[in-house]
Amino acid sequence: MTDWTMLTLVGQDRPGIVARVTRVLCEAGCNLGEASMLRLGGNFTILLMVSGGACGADLAAVLAPVAAQLGLRVHLDPVQGGLHQHLVPNVTVRVAGADRAGIVADVTEILAEQGFNILELESDVAGDDARPVYIMNIEGHCPRTLEDLKQALSTLAARGVSVAVAAVDLLIG
Amino acid sequence: MAILPILRLPDARLKQVSQPVREFDQALLDFIADLDQTRRAGPAAVGIAAPQVGRHQRILILDCSGRPKVRAQGHLVLVNPEIVHWEGFAIGREGCLSVPDFTGNVIRATRLQLQAQDPGGAPVTLEMEGFEARAFQHELDHLDGLLFIDRLVSRRTDLFSRKVT
Ligand SMILES: [Zn+2]
Repeated sequence: MTDWTMLTLVGQDRPGIVARVTRVLCEAGCNLGEASMLRLGGNFTILLMVSGGACGADLAAVLAPVAAQLGLRVHLDPVQGGLHQHLVPNVTVRVAGADRAGIVADVTEILAEQGFNILELESDVAGDDARPVYIMNIEGHCPRTLEDLKQALSTLAARGVSVAVAAVDLLIG
Repeated sequence: MAILPILRLPDARLKQVSQPVREFDQALLDFIADLDQTRRAGPAAVGIAAPQVGRHQRILILDCSGRPKVRAQGHLVLVNPEIVHWEGFAIGREGCLSVPDFTGNVIRATRLQLQAQDPGGAPVTLEMEGFEARAFQHELDHLDGLLFIDRLVSRRTDLFSRKVT
């Protein structure tokens, strides 16, 4: 079985980060797996599965020069599991409401109680500083029916949070 | 009848544009039978297009009738299909017999008016909506050398579209 390392890189956003980092990894003989790369609030964030080539302490040494040049903070974790372990979401949950403390915890606690496994969560703060609006999209897998899930989430409406739940009907063609 | 081998990414033949069918003969019917058997042999595919088995002719098969809560018109074999009119759009999750172990979100029109020919060459017109319309657009793309991965959108696409509304 291949050993994978989860590489985390965070730094101030600028053009060229992905190109420079992946070139260094390529030259070190590393294979790249699944990745999430995203600009979050002026920072660029990379979560990247890496295997082969330089590993562990070597990988840290390989990345040190480019990280220093680009002002990136690097974190490495050996991880279990590898590729081809996708879970397909069967439910999507969209949340919008006036931004306030606890909104994410309120929603996700209810989901967790329903056995909902979050596969992907993206959120953003829209509106403006005076009236921020929190928007969140969640895709996941839930063993309960859509009706059960809607029922469980219905208490949030009374707290001013709009929640829309929809089935994900995977199409294979 | 035979189960035909399905081309898989990155086979360049999947990017090739298919040509209209001109001869409505027994060979066409035999191929359609093989194509449908190939679809049924796979992992619950609701559609298949001729180029997925390396035959670059404008033929597709749809059958969404097995899906719960889906309005569908049953088993359809459409030759030389074209979209006459479309309305609306929605994000939905797709996978493909030619792209194993990957699914992703794609924007498709929600209502379609189509024209095509049946396997005997007779003209047909039909309307589709929702899941069936999505399946049709997925298969029509195959005829034009496009895969769903050419149309992937991030969840954030939806997120941001909501921001401005
Ligand atoms: Zn396909």
